[in-house]
Amino acid sequence: MTFTASLEIIDDVAKITLAGELDAATAPDLKAAVEKAVEQKVKRLVLFAQDLEYMASAGLRVLLFSKQKLGVDVDIYVVGAQEYILETLEKTGFDQTVILVDKYDE
Amino acid sequence: MERIDIHPTHSYESFKLRLGRPQPFGATIVPGGVNFSIFSSHSTSCSLVLFEKHAKAPLAEIPFPDEFRIGNVYCMVVFDLDYENLEYGYRMDGPNNFQQGQWFDSSKILLDPYAKVIGGRDAWGVIPDWEDIYHHRGRIAFDDFDWGNDRALEIPPEDQIIYEMHVRSFTRHESSGIKENHRGTFAGIRDKIPYLKELGVNAVELMPVYEFDEFENSRPNPQTGETLYNYWGYSTVGFFSPKAGYAATGKFGMQVDELKNLVKELHKNGIEVILDVVFNHTAEGNERGPTISFRGIDNKTYYMMTPEGYYFNFSGCGNTINCNNPIVRNIVLDCLRYWAAEYHIDGFRFDLASILGRDPLGYPLANPPLLESLAFDPILAKCKLIAEAWDAGGLYQVGSFPAYGRWAEWNGKYRDGIRKFLKGDGTVGKIAQCLQGSPDLYAWAGRAPATSINFITAHDGFTLMDLVSYNQKHNEANGENNNDGSNDNDSWNCGWEGATDDVAINALRRRQIKNAIAILLVSQGVPMLLMGDEVGRTQNGNNNTYCHDNELSWLDWDLQTKNAEILEFVKHSVAFRRSHPVLRNPNHFRNQDYVGSGYADITWHGTKAWNVDWSEGNRAIAFLLCGKHAKRGTVEDNYIYVAMNMHWQTQWFEIPGLPPSLQWHVFANTGAVFPSSYLPGTEPVLENQSGLLVGDRSVVILVGK
Repeated sequence: MTFTASLEIIDDVAKITLAGELDAATAPDLKAAVEKAVEQKVKRLVLFAQDLEYMASAGLRVLLFSKQKLGVDVDIYVVGAQEYILETLEKTGFDQTVILVDKYDE
Repeated sequence: MERIDIHPTHSYESFKLRLGRPQPFGATIVPGGVNFSIFSSHSTSCSLVLFEKHAKAPLAEIPFPDEFRIGNVYCMVVFDLDYENLEYGYRMDGPNNFQQGQWFDSSKILLDPYAKVIGGRDAWGVIPDWEDIYHHRGRIAFDDFDWGNDRALEIPPEDQIIYEMHVRSFTRHESSGIKENHRGTFAGIRDKIPYLKELGVNAVELMPVYEFDEFENSRPNPQTGETLYNYWGYSTVGFFSPKAGYAATGKFGMQVDELKNLVKELHKNGIEVILDVVFNHTAEGNERGPTISFRGIDNKTYYMMTPEGYYFNFSGCGNTINCNNPIVRNIVLDCLRYWAAEYHIDGFRFDLASILGRDPLGYPLANPPLLESLAFDPILAKCKLIAEAWDAGGLYQVGSFPAYGRWAEWNGKYRDGIRKFLKGDGTVGKIAQCLQGSPDLYAWAGRAPATSINFITAHDGFTLMDLVSYNQKHNEANGENNNDGSNDNDSWNCGWEGATDDVAINALRRRQIKNAIAILLVSQGVPMLLMGDEVGRTQNGNNNTYCHDNELSWLDWDLQTKNAEILEFVKHSVAFRRSHPVLRNPNHFRNQDYVGSGYADITWHGTKAWNVDWSEGNRAIAFLLCGKHAKRGTVEDNYIYVAMNMHWQTQWFEIPGLPPSLQWHVFANTGAVFPSSYLPGTEPVLENQSGLLVGDRSVVILVGK
C-alpha cells in the first residue's frame, strides 16, 4: 500500500494521519508534513498510526526530527501504533521523545 | 542561494560524485550525500563497493578517481544514496608478498575500520551463509539520538562499586522472566536496572560489546555436540560498532539506539557504564585467519609482524595490533573519543593493556605514546581508564603500568593475596596492604588508592562459589582436554571437590563467600563484583567459559531465592560501603592522627588490641578505621573495626576502646548463623564492648557510633 501522510491543522493542533509503509523512501513525505506544521507554530502534534503497516528506522528518525523542529514544549502524540512499533520505540528510547497512546481524546 | 560545495563534480555510471573530505574517517552523512574516507598507505587503488541491505551481490563498485586521493587517504562524496538501505565496503589492490607483510587481495571486500554500524550478523547465533562474499558489512549510523540532559556521571573513582557482566549471560536465562525477545540483549539489561539498583552497584563493566563474530573458531563440543562459540567476544571485528546480536532491535539495524538508550537509562539510575575494550588483537587471527578488514587495507601498519612476515602473538589470540604505530594510535584514540562523546561512556577497561605499551617489535616502551595520549586526551579527561596490566607475552605490570596519574589497574596481586588469606595461608602482611588500597604498589608513585581495582573473582577464572568448591579447574566441556584456563587459582574446596550434600561443607562455603565479600567491600580502592557472585553462581568448576552459550555462563535468576542469604549479605555489604566514606578514601593512610581525634587514621590489631602478630603463619588480624579521618578528615564518619580470623579455630579478639559516649555495634558476623549482617543503620549494640569471639574462618565488622 502506498504511503500517505495527510495533515490537518485545527487551532494550534496539527494532526497527521499515516497509512501504508513508512520507510526510507517515504519518510521525506512525513518530514514535509511536519515542516508545514512547524510553520504554523502548532502547540501539539498528533500522529495517527493505526493504519501504518510498517515503520523503518527512517520513520522513527522523523519523530526525532519533529521533536527537534517543534521544540521541547510541543508534545508529540503517537496514536494506536502496532505492538512491534511500540516495542521498537521503547527499546531504543524513542518512547521518551513522544507520548504513546492507544486512543486520542480531543 | 544553494552552497556550491555540495554540488557533484564527477560521475560514475549513474552515481554523482565529488572529492570528499579526508576527515573524519569512515562514512559520514553530508548535505546531499555520504562522505566516504579511508586510509591505506600501501594500496595502489581502491573502490567503494555498495550493496543494498542484505543483497548477495553489490549494487555498484565505484573506483576512487586518482584526484580523490589526498596523501594516503581515499575520500569521496557519493550523492543521492538511499543510506537507510545501504551497506558498503572497499576493495583494495596492492602488493601481495608474504615476507614483506603485504596482504592485498582485490578479490576480497573489506570492512571499513571506522564503520559505525555493522550489519550482516543481525541476530545472535544465526548460522551465516558461508558463501557470502561480504560477511561484516559497514552501514551508515545516525547521531540524532535524543540524549535529553544526559552526560557521563563522573562519580569520584574511590566511590565506584563495579559489577562486571556479560551482556548476553545476564538475562539470557529463562528465569530472568523478561520478554523473550529481550533476553540476552541491551534491552534486557535495561529491564533489570531495578535489580542493579537494589544491589547497590554504581557502575557496570560490560564485557566486549564491539561487533565480534561468535562463530570465530566455533566448533561442536566433543562431549555433547553442542556448538561452542566465541562467546565472550574478546576478538574485535569493528571497533566503532556495537554488537548487533546484543540488541533486540539488531534485526532493524537499531543497535546503536538501543545501546545508547541503555546508557541513558543506567545514568538516570546513577549507574556508570564501563566498556571492556580489546585493542590488543582483532578477529583476523594469524596467517590462517580470515581477511575481514585491516589485513586487506594495510596489514603492515595495523599488525606487529616478525621480520619473516608472520604475526607476533603477544595476545595469545593469533595477532597483535601495532598500537604504537602513529596511525593505529590515532584509530584507538578516535575510537575511544567516539564512544565517550557519542555514547556517553563513563570509562574503559583495556584488555591485556600491557600490549598497548609495546613498540612495533614488541619491546616494552618506557613512555608509551598511546597510553600517554589517552591519559591526557581532553575528550577522555573524565573517563575512567582501567588497565588489565599484563599480557600473554609475559609482561606483568601490576604496580608499574605507565599511569600518567590517570590509569587504574586490575589489581591481580590483590586477588591472589586475598585468595591465599581466605584459604588459610596466613600472609597477613600481604593482605594488610590489600586492605589499604595496596600502598606498597601505588603510594610511592603518588597513585591514589582508587588506582587499585580490587577483585577476588572476574570473568577469567573461577566464580566465587567455585573458588570455595573446587581445588582444580574442570574445563573438559571446553573441548581442549582441560589444558585451557589458569592452573593457579588459589582456591580451596572446603573438603570436597564440587557440589555436595554435606551440610557442614556447604555452611563453610557460604561463610567463605561472605568472608570474601566482606573483605572486598571494606578494602580501600575500588571493589569489583563478578556478575552472579552475589547469588552464588557456579560454572561447575570451569574457570574459562569463554565458549559456552549455555547454562554454564548464563545467570540463573532462581539463585536469588536459593541463595537469598548470600544476596542479602552482599546487598548489606555494598550498602555499608556506600554509607561509610571512611571506606572510600581518596588518599592513602598516613598511619597517624592528623585531625586530633586521639586515633590514627588506621590502626592494626590482633587477638590482642593494639598488638599484631605479623609473622607468616598468623591467620588472625584486625584493623580500626577512625571515622574522624574519613576523606582526609573532611567528612565525619563512624569508627569501623574489622576482625578477620582465617584460622580453623575460634579465637577471642580483644577490641580497641572507643571514645567515651560511643559504642560498638555489630554490622556483620559471617560466623553467625542468622542473621550474618544487618541493614546499615539498624546494627544492634555489641554485648561485651571489650571483646568478642570470632568463629573459625569468620569475619566480624563492627561500627562504633
